[in-house]
Amino acid sequence: MQTFDLEAQGLRALNAALHALKGSTNQTAWEVVNARGSHAIAVGVDAPIDLTVHGSTGYYCAGMNKQATIRIKGSAGPGTAENMMSGTVIVDGDASQYAGATGNGGLLVIKGNASSRCGISMKGIDIVVHGNIGHMSAFMAQSGNLVVLGDAGDALGDSLYEARLFVRGSVKSLGADCIEKEMRPEHLALLADLLKRGEADHLAKPEEFRRYGSARKLYNFNIDNASSY
Amino acid sequence: MSDFPHTPPRQSWTFSNDVNAEIRRAAATGIYDIRGGGAKRRLPHFDDLLFLGASISRYPLEGYREKCATDVWLGTRHAKKPIHLDIPITIAGMSFGALSGPAKEALGRGATGAGTSTTTGDGGMTEEERGHSKTLVYQYLPSRYGMNPDDLRRADAIEIVVGQGAKPGGGGMLLGQKISDRVAAMRNLPKGIDQRSACRHPDWTGPDDLEIKILELREITDWEKPIYVKVGGARPYYDTALAVKAGADVVVLDGMQGGTAATQDVFIENVGMPILACIPQAVKALQDLGMHREVQLIVSGGIRTGADVAKAMALGADAVSIGTAALIALGDNDPALEAEYQKLGTTAGAYDDWHEGRDPAGITTQDPALYGRFDPILGGRRLRNYLKVMTLEAQTIARACGKNNLHNLEPEDLCALTVEAAAMAGVPIAGTSWIPGKTGY
Repeated sequence: MQTFDLEAQGLRALNAALHALKGSTNQTAWEVVNARGSHAIAVGVDAPIDLTVHGSTGYYCAGMNKQATIRIKGSAGPGTAENMMSGTVIVDGDASQYAGATGNGGLLVIKGNASSRCGISMKGIDIVVHGNIGHMSAFMAQSGNLVVLGDAGDALGDSLYEARLFVRGSVKSLGADCIEKEMRPEHLALLADLLKRGEADHLAKPEEFRRYGSARKLYNFNIDNASSY
Repeated sequence: MSDFPHTPPRQSWTFSNDVNAEIRRAAATGIYDIRGGGAKRRLPHFDDLLFLGASISRYPLEGYREKCATDVWLGTRHAKKPIHLDIPITIAGMSFGALSGPAKEALGRGATGAGTSTTTGDGGMTEEERGHSKTLVYQYLPSRYGMNPDDLRRADAIEIVVGQGAKPGGGGMLLGQKISDRVAAMRNLPKGIDQRSACRHPDWTGPDDLEIKILELREITDWEKPIYVKVGGARPYYDTALAVKAGADVVVLDGMQGGTAATQDVFIENVGMPILACIPQAVKALQDLGMHREVQLIVSGGIRTGADVAKAMALGADAVSIGTAALIALGDNDPALEAEYQKLGTTAGAYDDWHEGRDPAGITTQDPALYGRFDPILGGRRLRNYLKVMTLEAQTIARACGKNNLHNLEPEDLCALTVEAAAMAGVPIAGTSWIPGKTGY
């Protein structure tokens, strides 16, 4: 286990050490202590390592992650796992705004609640939230899956494209062009896999969710739809 | 018939034929006019400034014999690897999607041949561009189309785009006609849909967040890359100051003449300020913070000639960017294609429906039959030539002002032809010492 004291050694040294790791590294187990809400912890990692951050994090923890499994033993600030490409990020506590924003791949698990704009502009990432999500989540979401065991706030999936949204609890309101869709067997199978990988299969069953997606009415401009914007 | 003279027909200035035609078009189609390019209206511009040249009190340098340096360093404030360009004229961000692959290749070839940089756009980094650009600036945009850490590290600099001159406060637009399989795949969108890029970044708002976003990008790239912040010409004093406070290495400032691939005409013509009005404000912000020349200023929006380059630099810019002019150098709007422009209902010089993807020059299109006409090697050579001519022109003027470096040009070398230009540029009206708003009149 490589232990890195962020307070003593500093952010630049941490990220530089992580960037120096190659896919063949045998230094696969890392922990960061004294995170103290620092921003940009473990950003741009591109190696198959397991890294645990002890304490809460500031903005953009695990930003642009590739391959790594990063666990935050605390709550996470805005933009956690933004633009993630692959790998897994697990937040044991709550996550602030823009969790998983623009993520291209990988899995983000939030065991508490997520704030507003969770999964904004997501581009292929899978996000599993054990609690609730805030307003404008999955805004302009392009692809990937957002699973919410709790409730969703206002304007869920506003102007979304092809992302799939699964919510078990209530949805305060749907955004423009977002509608409830039929839950077919392939979606139940997908959900079962996501719940399992999201460490939530003991908390909820696929049949308890409803599916939301794009009505695709705003894909090409039509003056008769202008009032929808 | 009466023998009395008739009042001749009189057209309304307010309801001109152009205005009436637009009203009829809107009534017939139900959609605002979308087009490419920048503001077409007459604006106070560099044309309204003149250089004074040398005289008894200032002596000139010999053309072709005495050196006049043109190189520029960008990103010296924080980056481990700042950029060094041979000329202070860079190629502005234009997306693959808006432009064809061969056009992006030509931009790379031309810029590299002239010793300068080119810039990606709202569609990710293409091999055509990376492969042919010695120095490539990678734009970080609200849409984050194609954004990934590998390309961030392959870039030579990162440009965080907050806004652009054609549409400060507006997002991007690429209509379905240009969303080919390749463009769709790069942007992770269905083929053929209208693609609207967000106007705000998805994971930060405001200057305090921007500082943290810059920190993240620096950490991802190990503090190697210069970080530019690009803003449209809206509030240049405050935007420049806030970008500096947030940690930018370079501020890129784009006036309303700066082009776009496509947006609403009403937006292009009515939002933002001409670049002439923006530069002195940005320079003042840098000077007030003690950061002029420490944080470099790149300006754009209607740069066409070496005289424009020299005037922008005399007002305090470190470098300029060109977009529309580069496309024209490649062959956009060439009168040789007049017959084809006529078929599209337009004429050479006025063609601006770049969003429709039917560009007969093969530049603003994703149609293989059209972009197949465009020769990227020849296009690159033309752009290189044009960049070199502009550089020679700027040197000619600088030498005439007695300057052995383009960066030594200064406002004192300039005078203005109009009250508006004098007020905006902060230089006196020709033949007077009057700077409106400054000297007590």
